[in-house]
Amino acid sequence: MRYLLVPFILIALSLNVFAIGVDKDRLHDPAQEARAQQIMKQLRCLVCQNQSIVESDAGLAVDLRRIVREQITAGQSDVQILDFMTSRYGDWVLLKPPFKMATALLWLGPLFLLLVGGFLVFRYVRQTPVKATPEPLSPEEEKRLKHILRDNNK
Amino acid sequence: MIAELGHYMLVLALGLAVLQAVFPMIGAARQDGRMMMIGQPAAYGQFIFSLAAFASLTYSYIVSDFSVAVVARNSHSLKPMLYKISGVWGNHEGSLLFWVVFLALFGALVAYFGRGLPKSLRARVLSVQAMVGVGFYLFMLITSNPFERLPNVPFEGNGLNPLLQDPGLAFHPPFLYLGYVGLSVVFSFAIAALIEGRVDPAWARWVRPWTLLAWVFLTTGIVLGSWWAYYELGWGGWWGWDPVENASFMPWLVATALLHSAIVVEKRDTLKSWTILLAIIAFSFSLLGTFIVRSGIITSVHAFATDPERGLFILMFLALVIGGSFLLFALRSDKLQAGGLFAPISRESGLVINNLFLSVAAAVVLYGTLHPLLSDALFGVKSSVGAPFFNLVFGFLMIPLVMIMGLGVHFKWKRADIKGISQRLKAITGLSLLAALMTLYVTYGGDIMPVVWMGIGIWLLLSMLQELSSRVKLGQVPLKDSLSRLKRQPRSSWGMSLGHLGFAIGLIGIVATSSWSLEQQKVMRIGESMTIGDYTLRLDDVIAVAGPNYSAVRGIITVTGKDGASFMAHPESRTYISSPMTTTEGAVETTMAGDLFIVIGDAQTSGRWGVRVYYKPMQVWLWIGSTIMVIGGLFSLSDRRYRIGSPQGKKAAGKKNTRSAAHAI
Repeated sequence: MRYLLVPFILIALSLNVFAIGVDKDRLHDPAQEARAQQIMKQLRCLVCQNQSIVESDAGLAVDLRRIVREQITAGQSDVQILDFMTSRYGDWVLLKPPFKMATALLWLGPLFLLLVGGFLVFRYVRQTPVKATPEPLSPEEEKRLKHILRDNNK
Repeated sequence: MIAELGHYMLVLALGLAVLQAVFPMIGAARQDGRMMMIGQPAAYGQFIFSLAAFASLTYSYIVSDFSVAVVARNSHSLKPMLYKISGVWGNHEGSLLFWVVFLALFGALVAYFGRGLPKSLRARVLSVQAMVGVGFYLFMLITSNPFERLPNVPFEGNGLNPLLQDPGLAFHPPFLYLGYVGLSVVFSFAIAALIEGRVDPAWARWVRPWTLLAWVFLTTGIVLGSWWAYYELGWGGWWGWDPVENASFMPWLVATALLHSAIVVEKRDTLKSWTILLAIIAFSFSLLGTFIVRSGIITSVHAFATDPERGLFILMFLALVIGGSFLLFALRSDKLQAGGLFAPISRESGLVINNLFLSVAAAVVLYGTLHPLLSDALFGVKSSVGAPFFNLVFGFLMIPLVMIMGLGVHFKWKRADIKGISQRLKAITGLSLLAALMTLYVTYGGDIMPVVWMGIGIWLLLSMLQELSSRVKLGQVPLKDSLSRLKRQPRSSWGMSLGHLGFAIGLIGIVATSSWSLEQQKVMRIGESMTIGDYTLRLDDVIAVAGPNYSAVRGIITVTGKDGASFMAHPESRTYISSPMTTTEGAVETTMAGDLFIVIGDAQTSGRWGVRVYYKPMQVWLWIGSTIMVIGGLFSLSDRRYRIGSPQGKKAAGKKNTRSAAHAI
């Protein structure tokens, strides 16, 4: 699916991003590691194309994963860690953008569309019947009809 | 020589496309039969010439003629033949050529199967189809000529990106393009209908098989791409809400909506202008998917700047096609009068609500994909919209959609009896609640949404089964009668049942794999073990392997399950000769319960190897479900009714016309 992006990825990154790395500093407490994974999924790998830091072996992603784990070990809350990342890299690092003026359309748009669409559907379903007047046949169709009727009468 | 011949064929195809665009349209306006007749031979000729152009480009790839620029850029003499051929469409110029060949093929198919269509409608459809073609031919010949020669012929080609050297990916783009191009036929029918100023059930009957065909191709293409990402990228991910994926998903959502709304037009002669609008939007998304992503506007604005000529052409073409058809729609859609009415609770209503949610979903994907671009341009704010956003918003939109899907299939046309239906669904609703409670028990302490979704998925599955069993009166008549009823079900209703059942099965798989996946990684010495879920893995050995154009390290791993049974897994990490790049070939052990996915990495220090393992519960359900959906589509497509729609001699054509005439009167 992402094959169209491959040229851009190659330009943007070192050539070895698809090599498999292994995090050696995984947290021993499974609950903490699960929390770390959850947070890492929310953070963009800033040098990749639309990947979270969970699914990249780019140097930056590896560094950011280490930082997330360190902060969890240091007892920081999820919100604190995300705040830290945002203060360092801006909103761009968040794959789920926060609700702001600039993202209002993004967050409220679907709701707005549903309301408007729902209203239109409601009005459509409740409308009073319009007497539909069938359109006259085109000359070509008249000819066809005659032809068919003649066929059937045979 | 061969390349020049191909170039010449392309120019000839353009010439025929111009003829096909101009004369049938004028002929239809003047009711001049002879001018309208030009459409057919022109469509056949256009297809033959574009196919010849494609064949000559393919030939250049097969013989590795590196004097042709695209071949030198994208091929390599050592590549296996399959990838030499798939390399033809694995780049910008070649994929455009691929597009026009299919555009011309679909035009020729309309010309052939459309012999039963009213003459003026067929002429206009062929003309619109050719107009789109003219745009594409010009774009290729002016900005992206696939037959360009290099002044200095290189000794060896650059090679196809190793990631693309995969059977899944060899066939993913063609299917996607077939889907995109299939929607062009629907678009041509819509524009022709707007020009004619009439849409009737017969029109919907002609359009539905084309929509269905495009939908089957699109679904196949998307699933193949997703399957490839799952196997090849080595992260166990199958959908990343990446702009390229979204670009193929948007036309799919709209095509799905169109498939449903066309049923309402066919059966009830209403919802016409909405259906026309959907047809226009679906193809607009196809064009957007082909062009905007290709040109790189979404992923990096640079690609536009580097080739301003190409970018400008794309923008103008899109503005002309999309803007033009919307303008035509605005001017003419009031000509389309609504026919039958329906109650708030009826099959029609269900389909309308389905359309509402699918359209809003498509809008969410569109805006989410474009938001980073707009936010940067308008506010100067760099922002990301990724999987966490889409999963959240899309998830909320899907709940009502799935509910209306499960209910809607039980609704009758015009007016449904909600009390009777809720009575009938009592048992399966209870069963689904029970399943949700069991899920809650098994995953206790985890998130609640997956539990809700599991309940909904199982409810949908049961609801579809219930609908099928009530259609064959299972339990009400002797079993033998039920079975013979089942046999006599028309193919289109099989299609409906299979399509929806497949969706339910896929949905259950999606819920499980995205909620309860496990992941482990470890740096291992030979002889060391690790555990994940119920499995224990032991790294027995790592050996070097040589492939045709790569060298690889292969891990020999023994996996032991909880029950003591064990099997071998052989994940590979490949390094390609032509480009210094590594790809992973994960070892996947698939069962209905879940996939065990093992990936081996590079050598670490002192004879140790990085190994990553994923457990993806019910992953295979997604692939099975989507395959059933596609089979359902094919079943529907083979229904007798559509064959009656095609000209099987005079008698069949006469029958259909009587019906359409009866509707008109």
